[in-house]
Amino acid sequence: MFETFKTAMLSLLANKSRSMLTMLGVLIGVAAVITMIAVGTGASRQMESIMSGIGSNVIMLMPGSNRQGGIQLGSGSGRQITYADAMAIKNECPSVLEVSPMVSSFTQVVLGNQNWATQTQGVTTGAFSVNVWNIAEGSFFSEADVRGATKVCLLGSTVATNLMGEGNEAGAIGQSIRINKVPFEVVGVLAPKGAQFGNDQDDVVMVPITTAMRRLVRSQIADQVRNVSIQVINADSVTAAMNEVTALMRQRRGTAEGRDDEFTIRNLAQMIESARQSSQVMALLLGAVASVSLLVGGIGIMNIMLVSVTERTREIGIRMAIGARRGDIRFQFLLEAMILSLLGGAIGILSGFGISQAITKFLGWQTEVSIYSIIISAGFSGIVGIFFGFYPAWKASLLRPIDALRAD
Amino acid sequence: MEQTDGEIIEVINLTKIYYSGTGSDVVELHALNEVNFSIKKGESVSIMGPSGSGKSTAMNMLGCLDSPTSGIYKLSGKDVSKMSSDTLADLRNRTLGFVFQGFNLLPRYNAVENVELPLVYAGVASKERRARAFHSLERVGLSNRAKHRPNQMSGGQQQRVAIARALVGDAPIILADEPTGNLDTKTSHEIMNLLTELNNEGKTVIIVTHEPDIAEYTKRVLHFRDGKLESDERKG
Repeated sequence: MFETFKTAMLSLLANKSRSMLTMLGVLIGVAAVITMIAVGTGASRQMESIMSGIGSNVIMLMPGSNRQGGIQLGSGSGRQITYADAMAIKNECPSVLEVSPMVSSFTQVVLGNQNWATQTQGVTTGAFSVNVWNIAEGSFFSEADVRGATKVCLLGSTVATNLMGEGNEAGAIGQSIRINKVPFEVVGVLAPKGAQFGNDQDDVVMVPITTAMRRLVRSQIADQVRNVSIQVINADSVTAAMNEVTALMRQRRGTAEGRDDEFTIRNLAQMIESARQSSQVMALLLGAVASVSLLVGGIGIMNIMLVSVTERTREIGIRMAIGARRGDIRFQFLLEAMILSLLGGAIGILSGFGISQAITKFLGWQTEVSIYSIIISAGFSGIVGIFFGFYPAWKASLLRPIDALRAD
Repeated sequence: MEQTDGEIIEVINLTKIYYSGTGSDVVELHALNEVNFSIKKGESVSIMGPSGSGKSTAMNMLGCLDSPTSGIYKLSGKDVSKMSSDTLADLRNRTLGFVFQGFNLLPRYNAVENVELPLVYAGVASKERRARAFHSLERVGLSNRAKHRPNQMSGGQQQRVAIARALVGDAPIILADEPTGNLDTKTSHEIMNLLTELNNEGKTVIIVTHEPDIAEYTKRVLHFRDGKLESDERKG
């Protein structure tokens, strides 16, 4: 076995450049497979983290763009959305389960001699279910806190860690912190959610929206909100909910028939789904390229092995004359084909790894080389070696000793 | 199958017909035509004859490299024609040792690697293989050339490596097909002396040659002509 391996390596090394060119087909195929799966896995990981961040069946209502004399102004330039709008949507739209209106402000948070710059969000209790927040320590604030505009707050895990130190986040409960010089009592610490689009979602402080409107945010209208996340009762009702919200908003504002909405509604689940589908199409295309390349690579190996058998007919004859069985000859050539394709596969795996890293570095796409793709590629290159190496090996083994010996 | 009276090789009505041409124009060439002879264990035999006489065909049959069209070839009392290709391979590995006119060494292997090759196919472990190959090279007087490749050695040295390879598996029969065909006179005689020594040690040695002074070294000469055994001379 080892001797056969040595023999195979020797004859492959005798034709170095030929062996390397032969490997190239499998190498490219495997590198494509690895890269394809790395990009695909990375994309779906990103989707997953976005999905878990916003919850399912969420649509987003934002101020639209305004048009002044034919000039389209940017997002947010249209009429502001109010807290009353959000409550009306919750109460009047049958397809809406919960709403989460939100205001936010960039603030300096101080606890004792520690301080931290972070975003403070004013939210209702709806935010906890719509945006899927969990509590790590303490508790959420209540509806009563929102109604009464009490000065309580929840700390995101990043903020808690920075104010209290690693491992001591629970110690923040009951402490008084100052947000833009206004004292708030910490009632809870949120469970970490991780980063999304490179933003740390846990770098946040949450206070009742009513308190934020009075104490932290300066706005043109008293109950103006930045946006409203709307949770729909189920996935099939997303379109119905969008229609209901649109109709309600137009009615509340008295928008005339034929005029543009002065707000924007986005269906995040739909956007994510279409992004996921396009990454699947991409993966499918790369997969097609990879399988064609593996096929061509395999045919290349078969071609070279047939040449090799012809070139080495005399060697086969000598080996048969001194006692090699047909199986020995077959195994020797099969092993050579397998070494070619497995080595090509191994270098392909490394190249795929490098290409994935390069894609992450230069294109900014998240990639992840999965252990599955490595196993699949290694398996595939082995199969290519066996499949395309078998015919030449079988042909070599069927040579009659006397004919093989007489060859030049 | 009992081995009769030390007859290691027995050939009965051995015939080999080559066909050339196609369709109705097929031409039959009787390379061997109903040949009968037998060789006892420990004999030394030359097979002589002009080219086309069938002597090389006979040698290929004896070496189990080619199969006869008809007739029986018994090796150690067993009919070879009924054997599978694997059994034949094992016979070539353990019972027959080949020496060719063109040496037929593997060019990328050094002397000792060439010599140990039959043991690789016999499944001998690597250490023992190496030791026996060295021993065999010593026997032919080439232990100082063990690491040399064929292209770094003279023709006589290469042929001695080939003989060492034929000896390494302890095969009782040495088949030499024109072993001196590519060598000068002096080297030819060295090789023949070596083969004679091996015969004296008990090996059955069969040599194909067309040179009478090479045939002189063996005690028995089979003359072939036109595919038939013409004469069978024994000396002393």
